Amino acid sequence: MSDILVSEQSAPGSGGSGRPSGRLLEVDDLRVEFRTRDGVAKVINGVTYHVDAGETLAVLGESGSGKSVTAQTIMGILDTPPGFVSGGQVRFHGKDMLRMSAEERRRIRGEGIAMIFQDALSALNPVFTVGFQIAEQFRVRRGMGRADAKKRAIEMLDQVKIPNAKSRFNNYPHQFSGGMRQRAMIAMSLALDPEVLIADEPTTALDVTVQAQIMDLLAELQRERQMGMILITHDLGVVADVADRIAVMYAGRIVEEADVYDLYAKPAHPYTMGLIDSIPRLDEKGQQLRTIKGLPPNLMNIPPGCPFNPRCPMAQPVCREKVPPLLQVGHARASACHFAEELVNRV
Amino acid sequence: MSENILEVRDLVKHYPVTQGVVFKKTVGQVKAVDGVSFGLRAGETLGVVGESGCGKSTLARVLMNLEKPTAGSVVYKGQDISKLSGGALRRLRRQIQLVMQDPYTSLNPRMTVGDLIGEPFDIHSEVAPRGSRRAKVRELLDLVGLNPEHINRYPHQFSGGQRQRIGIARALALRPEVIVCDEPVSALDVSIQAQVMNLLEKLQGELGLSYVFIAHDLSVVRHLSDRVAVMYLGKIVEIGTEDEIYERPTHPYTQALLSAVPVPDPTQRNNKTIIRLTGDVPSPISPPSGCRFRTRCWKAQEVCAQQVPLLEIRRDSDHPSACHFAERREIVATHEA
Repeated sequence: MSDILVSEQSAPGSGGSGRPSGRLLEVDDLRVEFRTRDGVAKVINGVTYHVDAGETLAVLGESGSGKSVTAQTIMGILDTPPGFVSGGQVRFHGKDMLRMSAEERRRIRGEGIAMIFQDALSALNPVFTVGFQIAEQFRVRRGMGRADAKKRAIEMLDQVKIPNAKSRFNNYPHQFSGGMRQRAMIAMSLALDPEVLIADEPTTALDVTVQAQIMDLLAELQRERQMGMILITHDLGVVADVADRIAVMYAGRIVEEADVYDLYAKPAHPYTMGLIDSIPRLDEKGQQLRTIKGLPPNLMNIPPGCPFNPRCPMAQPVCREKVPPLLQVGHARASACHFAEELVNRV
Repeated sequence: MSENILEVRDLVKHYPVTQGVVFKKTVGQVKAVDGVSFGLRAGETLGVVGESGCGKSTLARVLMNLEKPTAGSVVYKGQDISKLSGGALRRLRRQIQLVMQDPYTSLNPRMTVGDLIGEPFDIHSEVAPRGSRRAKVRELLDLVGLNPEHINRYPHQFSGGQRQRIGIARALALRPEVIVCDEPVSALDVSIQAQVMNLLEKLQGELGLSYVFIAHDLSVVRHLSDRVAVMYLGKIVEIGTEDEIYERPTHPYTQALLSAVPVPDPTQRNNKTIIRLTGDVPSPISPPSGCRFRTRCWKAQEVCAQQVPLLEIRRDSDHPSACHFAERREIVATHEA
C-alpha cells in the first residue's frame, strides 16, 4: 500500500520495499488475523509505524483495537494458532523479522527488542527467585558464571531502585509488592541492554502514586540508554506526560498519527476527538462528558468503508463506501479520515 | 440536601489472621477499616477515593451489611443496619443497593437478563406483583439505555458497558434511595466509561438517588462527587466538598495523590510538580503508630509517631483533615470547563 504515508520524512520508495531506511524498528502494513471456529477475526488490518532511538511512540487504543497484538507480533510471541500474520513486514535495522529463522529472532529478543507486560505477577515465574530470573539471562546469553551473573543481576535491581537489592535477590515474586514486581520486570527486560523497549500497559494495574514512580523510572532509563520505546496504553493522561509521538488505533488500523502536542491541541480524526472529550479531567470543574455513541465493531464483521463510521458524528455517505487511507495532513501528521483536512483547518 | 440519610459512626472492620490447621489461633488482625465516620446527605454523591488496600471496598461491604462490622454503626434513617437481622434487615436492604466493579463476574451467566433484573422481585414481591414483573424489567432496561427487546438474552451477548448497565438496572429494581457503587467504571474502556458515568448522573437527577461512589480514579470521582473522602490504610484522612479536596487539599497524602494523577494535556508537562512518595503502603496488620501516613510523609515529626491526628477542622484547613501539620497547597490548577 504505497498510499500510506506515515512518517514525516518518508523518503520516496521507503514504504513497503523492504530496503534498509535507517530506522530502528518499523512495522509496515502489518496484517494479522485470528482464525477461530466461529470465523476469521481481522485483528490487524495494515498497521504501519516506526520508532527511532531515544524516542517514545505511544500506541493508544481501547481493548480490541489491536495494539497489544501488534506488539506480540513484533516480539514473535503471537499465539499461533489462532493468530496468523497474513501480510506486511516488521523490520529491525531494516531486516524483516517475520522472515528470520527462529534462532535469529531469538537473538533479537532481549538484546534487540525487549518487552514488559501489564501484569508482573503472571509474567514472572513464581517458583524461581527474582534474582535467579534476572541472572539467568546473563548466564545463558552472556555465558557468565554464577557469581558474576549474580553481581550483574544485583546491579540491575539497584538500577531500577529496588531498596536492599542484595537481600531482595533471593526473594520470590510473591514477596514483592506490585510496584516492586514491575521494577523487577523492568530490570529483567533491560538486562541485555535492548535497543527498543515495548511497554504494554506497564502501569495499568498500579496505583497512581506507584504509577508515577514507574513512569519516572522508565523515562530516566530510556534517556540514559537512548532506547526507542513503544508505550502501549489506553490512558490519555500517561501518554500526555511521556510520549513524543502518538499512534491512535481503532479496529486494527492506525487512524491517526501525530506529535503529542498536535494531537491534543487539534485531533485530526473524529475518534481521537471523541476520546479526548470523553475523559473526565482532574483539573476541570463542571465538565460535560461527551461520549462516543455505540460500541467498537466486531472484528469478524468490520463495517464496510471507514470502520468508525457507525459511531462517527461526522459520517457522510462516502464513509460507508471507501476505507480512508492514512494520509499526511498538514505538517508531520497523518489521519485516516476523509475529512481530515477540514478537521485540521478548523479554527 | 440537608438531612443525612446514612450516618456512619466509628466504623471498624477487622479480619482475624490465623495460624495453625487444627487449633487455629488468632495471631493478628487485618485492620481493613479502622474508625471511619461520615454522613451521606439525601440526593448527594459522596466519593470515596484511595489506593488499593485502603479499605474502600471493605467499607462498601460493611455499608451493605454483607459483613458485620467489628465495631461502630451504620444508621439509615435512624435504624442501625448492623444490628438488624431477619425480616427487618430484608426490608431495609431494599433501600440500599450495590453496583459492583466487574460486570463479567457479577452477573450469573446462566440467567437471562430478565431473570437477573427481576430476581430482586422474588424476595420483595411487594414491589412488583407476579404479573407485572416482565413489564417492570422492560421499563428498567429502557431506563438504563438498553433495548427492552433484549430481555431474553444472556449476559455473554452484551459488551462490558452494557453489562454494567444491567448491573445498574438490577440495583435500581427495588427503587432504593442509596446506591453504593464500588468501582463501577474502572473495568470499562474510556469511551464506554463516559457513557456509564453520564447514565449514573442522569439517574440521580431523575430518581433522586444518593450515591456512595467508591473509586481509585481521582478524575472520575471529581466529575461525579459533591463531597469526597480520601482514605489511607483504613482511615479517612481528609473529607470535604469537591472544591475543598481538589482545590484546597490540606493533607499531605491527598496532595501527593492529586499531584500524581496524569493530566491529559502535554502542555502541562513541565509546569507541574509531582510529589513523589517513597516506599509502599505499610501492612494493615501492623499499621504505623500515630499517623499512619508518617512513614511516607515528608512532613513527619516526632509528634506524628506518638499522637494519632484526629479528623477535624484545623487552623489551616477549612474542612476536616487528619494531619498535625495540615496546610493548604494548590496542586491542581483548576479551570471551569
